[in-house]
Amino acid sequence: MAYLQNKRKLLLLAFAIATLSGCANIEPWVKPYERDKLADPIMGFGRHPAALQHVTHVRDSREAAKGASGAGGGGCGCN
Amino acid sequence: MAVTRLLKAALGALLLCTFSCIASVLPSDRADVMYHSYSGGGVSIDGPAVMLRSKVAQDFSVAGYYYIDTVSGASIDVVATASAYSEERTEKHLGVDYLAGNSLISTNFSTSDENDYHAKTITFGISHDTFGGLTTLNLQTGLGDDEVGKNGDINFKEQVRRYNYKLGLTQILTTNWIAALNIQFDLDEGFLNNPYRQVRFKDPTAALGYSYQAEIYPRTRNSSAVSLVNKYYLPYRAAIGLSVRHYQDSWDISANDVELEYVHPLGKDWTFEGKVRYYQQTEASFYKDLFEYANELNFMARDKELSDFSNVTAGLGVSYKLPSYGIFSRQLQPEMTVQWDHIIFNYNNFRNVTDRTSAAGAEPLYQLDANVVRAFVSLYF
Repeated sequence: MAYLQNKRKLLLLAFAIATLSGCANIEPWVKPYERDKLADPIMGFGRHPAALQHVTHVRDSREAAKGASGAGGGGCGCN
Repeated sequence: MAVTRLLKAALGALLLCTFSCIASVLPSDRADVMYHSYSGGGVSIDGPAVMLRSKVAQDFSVAGYYYIDTVSGASIDVVATASAYSEERTEKHLGVDYLAGNSLISTNFSTSDENDYHAKTITFGISHDTFGGLTTLNLQTGLGDDEVGKNGDINFKEQVRRYNYKLGLTQILTTNWIAALNIQFDLDEGFLNNPYRQVRFKDPTAALGYSYQAEIYPRTRNSSAVSLVNKYYLPYRAAIGLSVRHYQDSWDISANDVELEYVHPLGKDWTFEGKVRYYQQTEASFYKDLFEYANELNFMARDKELSDFSNVTAGLGVSYKLPSYGIFSRQLQPEMTVQWDHIIFNYNNFRNVTDRTSAAGAEPLYQLDANVVRAFVSLYF
């Protein structure tokens, strides 16, 4: 019985190691040369910053909710 | 010359994408001159805005933003308890971005001034690219210091301190899909109400059946917001965006909004965009349209922005690229854009007190339509 429990623990350990080592091998799955569509200006978050400031101001003045809008980086993920 | 520049630009873009998007980049250089206008609920707000963003060294970029609001007319609050007015607000921003390897360090200082309100805000942020440029982590913190005055009362002087913390994760998910998860916490303390706004309470001795007293707000407000923003490149050259956000605060206001955006270029010069947005919120725990009697609660508000309401926005925009030209060894690309938003606000517990034919508390619910226009010329260089 104890042997079976130990075997189960070993199997669990092996599974955990395999899973974790798998994680370590995860590589960026979208290569730089595959990001042409993401780099298109139409994919930018907030393409016109001055207009976006105005949109945010209009909303913040008339709604209770604020914050967490927009995104950092974007487009080709270059920043 | 133009061809050489074009080749250099193409080579630069190629190098950028080759090194990838393993390194951060500074924001692109551009200048914008904009006219903006908001018109709705008896109020008109319009004015100019100018933005300039330019690299000043290989690793440094500076940005300036100047914005003026001229307010005229009378909102329903003003019609009910005061007289029409006109005022001007000026907003200025100065920002610096510094590129250090895969990190972009940003700081921004802004001021907003009107005759009875002065606000100063400073923010500091860092964004870092990792995982082969697929993931961008952002951290930002901000501190605001506001001075609140009251026209006609030179002795009235109050302060507000604002703190905010933002955390963002932007992730490239596929060759067509990028998404961002943002979380923000805000802590505000000080004089948080509007010194002019009033609440109404039942008063059988008054001709209308109610009288007014000044609003009283808590002196602290903590809020949190979380949003998920998506952008997806369609099988043809067009993009859709879907954003959802949830907001919650210590005044018991809970809000949600969802926005769908579509961007469609036509040829190489035209870009059309359309959007729809739905927003709804619950009311603050101390909000009432009509209080039972004077000083009914420790805190009392009748600000429609704290009431239970929803709004729907439909927006359209069009951009047109003008022919590019060279000046002072720079290639300039001008673009003209016009954006129009129509917003319909429906208040579920804020009544139209200008209807004097109804009994107190039985007036029709307030509703307003607003038109928002932005017309601007952008210069990319």
